Amino acid sequence: MKAPQDNISGARLMVLQALVLALLSALGYGFWRLQIVHHAYYSRLARENHIRLEPIPAPRGLIVDRYGRPIVDNRPAFEALLERNLMRGRQADLPAIARGLELDPEAVRLQVEAAAHWPDFTPLIIKRGLSLADIAFIDSHRDRYPELRTLMVTRRLYPPDGLASAMLGYVGIANQRQTLRWHLAPDTVVGKAGLEQFYNRYLMGTAGAERLAVNSRGRIMEQLSAIPPKRGRTLRLTIDNDLQIAAEAALGQRSGAIVALDPRNGQVLAMASRPSFNPNDFVHGIPAPEWRKLLTNPDHPLLNKAIQAQLAPGSVFKLIVAAAGLERGVAQNLTVNCQGGAEFYGHYYKCWYWAEKHKVHGITRIRKAIAESCDTYFYTLGNDLGIQTIAHYAQGFGLGRRTGIDLPHESAGLVPTPAWKMRRFHQPWWSGETISVAIGQGPITATPLQIAHAVGGILESGRLMRPHLAFNGEVPAAEHAPITEPRELNFPLQANTVQTIEQGMARVVQPGGTAASAQLENVDFGGKTGSAQTVSETFFKKSGGQRKFLDNAWFVGAYPLSDPRIVICVLYEHGAQGYYAARIAAQVIASYIAEEKAPVQLKAAWKWTQPGRRGASHPQRLAWVSQPWAAQPRGQARRLWSIQAMPTAAAEEPRRRWHEGKSSES
Amino acid sequence: MGQWRDFDWYLLGLVLLVCLLGVVEIYTSTHGTRLAGASLRQLAYIVMALGVMFLLSRISYHRWLAVSHWLYGACLLALVGVLAVGQSIFHSRRWIPILGVHLQVSEFAKLVIIVVVARYCSELRRVTWLDIVRLGTLVGLPMVLVALEPDLGTALTYAPIAAVGLFLGGLSWRQGVALLLLAMLVLPLGWHELKPYQKARLENFMNPSTDPLGRGYQLLQSKIAVGSGGFWGQGQGRGTQVQGAFLPVSQADFIAAAFAEERGLVGVAVLLGLYFLILMRLLADARTAPDRAGTLLVVGVAVLLAFHILVNLGMVVGFMPVTGIPLPFMSSGGSSLLFLFAALGVVMNVHMRRLVN
Repeated sequence: MKAPQDNISGARLMVLQALVLALLSALGYGFWRLQIVHHAYYSRLARENHIRLEPIPAPRGLIVDRYGRPIVDNRPAFEALLERNLMRGRQADLPAIARGLELDPEAVRLQVEAAAHWPDFTPLIIKRGLSLADIAFIDSHRDRYPELRTLMVTRRLYPPDGLASAMLGYVGIANQRQTLRWHLAPDTVVGKAGLEQFYNRYLMGTAGAERLAVNSRGRIMEQLSAIPPKRGRTLRLTIDNDLQIAAEAALGQRSGAIVALDPRNGQVLAMASRPSFNPNDFVHGIPAPEWRKLLTNPDHPLLNKAIQAQLAPGSVFKLIVAAAGLERGVAQNLTVNCQGGAEFYGHYYKCWYWAEKHKVHGITRIRKAIAESCDTYFYTLGNDLGIQTIAHYAQGFGLGRRTGIDLPHESAGLVPTPAWKMRRFHQPWWSGETISVAIGQGPITATPLQIAHAVGGILESGRLMRPHLAFNGEVPAAEHAPITEPRELNFPLQANTVQTIEQGMARVVQPGGTAASAQLENVDFGGKTGSAQTVSETFFKKSGGQRKFLDNAWFVGAYPLSDPRIVICVLYEHGAQGYYAARIAAQVIASYIAEEKAPVQLKAAWKWTQPGRRGASHPQRLAWVSQPWAAQPRGQARRLWSIQAMPTAAAEEPRRRWHEGKSSES
Repeated sequence: MGQWRDFDWYLLGLVLLVCLLGVVEIYTSTHGTRLAGASLRQLAYIVMALGVMFLLSRISYHRWLAVSHWLYGACLLALVGVLAVGQSIFHSRRWIPILGVHLQVSEFAKLVIIVVVARYCSELRRVTWLDIVRLGTLVGLPMVLVALEPDLGTALTYAPIAAVGLFLGGLSWRQGVALLLLAMLVLPLGWHELKPYQKARLENFMNPSTDPLGRGYQLLQSKIAVGSGGFWGQGQGRGTQVQGAFLPVSQADFIAAAFAEERGLVGVAVLLGLYFLILMRLLADARTAPDRAGTLLVVGVAVLLAFHILVNLGMVVGFMPVTGIPLPFMSSGGSSLLFLFAALGVVMNVHMRRLVN
């Protein structure tokens, strides 16, 4: 034993005691700082750590026709998922799975690799839009590939064969700008074109959300709460599905557009643009080659030609020049002796009758001029009126500006004036140009919708109703997309003017008129043809008469002519002769008349709360109503309108020559 | 059997309380995971370690001092052996398999260092610069070997034992200040010798939020766990950081964060209080030790404990960089417990031979 004084200094031990106290106090302060001072901050971080907000997509609203029959529906679709948490040591399954789902094994492997850093419990979608065979494959290999699973999602279902597709548009994943601006959940589906785009906010609904507790590997521990999604509103259109089908069928494989509207209220009854695309191809993402094919197709299937084709209206414009002439009191008293053309300002302008058939119209007054589309008469009338007056009336009837239809990207067309030419080309107007404009050639352009709108307005004595596609009234506001009231433009015409034009239009489809072959027996139907040059005559001859340089055929018609319930405008691109367009229109009108004769009480019995119920006595219609498009045998759906489809332009060539040989057509 | 009466039951009781907190926490943070059962294993380790402690408490601590050079030699050999043949786990060689248990030699070295420092400093009356260099070399050699494993954290635990030994051995204030200055000069040089992951750890420690999913992830998750515990804690088994497995190694190095999340500041205060009482009791035992060597031995154990507590809890609250230093008596793991209780055995022996008036 050593002596006590030999022991360690007690003071130094006390220093150690003090050190221990200081040390533990510092640590205590550390805990106090985190747990008391910054408690709220770290609590929030802890919540964010383990709570995940999963959006629940809202079902998109349906698009139904004026009678509540679904045009665009939703349907369940299936996706193939790989449960990545079950994939440990199962990489060898991938090639077999890829083969079973008809995927490229290499692409699947890359996908799985790219997802390697995701949390374990985040599944990987390897194929969307599964076929029945794919689903069968997954079902039958449940034991072999436990990591492979199907997921049901809701997908948009569009009519087959691109019916109304240009008008309906399509949906896709929202871009970043939309996601930010509208506060959307990631990967929200929004309208990308057409009605889907225009009424997106109403169709889209509001996504719900569920709050999930997850662990650090992403496994869902429990659902904490859920906000149910609000489904999108149903959009009821003014479109009559039967008429839409008839219009699509009448156009068939031709390139062009049809607009049918009710001039009394601006309701668009049918709007077709062909060739078209199948929006169902866009639902799961369209393959790049298909997309390129759509983009490079010379017939522009992605355009809605009813509102976007800005073309010279040709002779259908004569109706507007006629209205201007009658209003100004010029046309009533104008008599022109058509000798195959006339000279204005030192240049000789031929009448089409002479140019094509070497015939002359002779003594011509306004009604005959409309019926036989005498260019010489309208050259003279236009020259008398002057460009300012023509432009005034053209603009009065809505040309040169958008009609304001509820669709995106409508074209405005162009009504040329001296002021416009000065602005655009810094050149004064040349009087000779007025002569061309008077027959709808030259710089003037219009869309089929504008023509239908304008002519409808003339026949309604100058009351122009804004065309629209969304049905308003009678439906509870919460149930459909509200639209603005139909706007009315007033450009009053005298009764005589309207009557004279009606008489002229009636004669067009009578023997001697330009579209006699489009006459409908005992039906008060009439219209005006147009064949608008796309290139100059000399160029056309040099090109060897290629189809793409053929004249555009136009027709604008109305039924019944005395008090129109429907105005139809047909654009048949490169159809060469207006009467081809007229026959297409006559076909649609015939089907409209057949439609009208359907028992009235069926339509009256229709109730909004039971969409699709129009009565059982109309089996074909019921088939449309009660079954979504895909549920129908595809052949049947196709047959509904392809039965009536007319032969294509190429197949018509012999008939066209035959008609040209006969003079009765002119 | 006066020997049992002379046992430091008070100290043992405090230590076992901390062990109990640890076992419960290990249970709640591992049940339902693939580590379930770790709490039972921990209980078994505690029983085994208690046995070792009782055995060692029967051996006079003078015997250890007498064979300290043999112990030291064996320790150096073992450390070299680890470097040569040891098992590589997570890119560092720290373990050699003995009797089916993976014993960490660097833990054993802690005890040896305590004995060597006690032996060396007990013979000092005045500390000369030569003493400092000699003791520095004695302690520095195993430090370098452990740092080469590489296990810098454990290596650093040896330094304070030597420092406090010198301090109690009679280091003058001038020498103390000079040593501090020297250490501050050497530290920046040492930075260059660090492995990239060690540098990254230190850098992330400075600013963990910049790289939350990378190296700073553990530190940030630990702070979230502690902070979200609040005053009363989330309750047993209800801490989302632990139950959601956001907190890494919540049963081992970060057990204090798991404990703080579930028990809140109240629980932390109890834990810190227990550690305070343990350390104070050790220092009291040191004061009543029969000789300088006994005092130095007990103080060495106290310093070892205090340093572990400082580094581990400092890491958990974000004061210190992330190191692999366990929390004494709480973290799961057999090696750490075994050597801690072995050290306690030596302390018990010193206590039994205390001077009582």
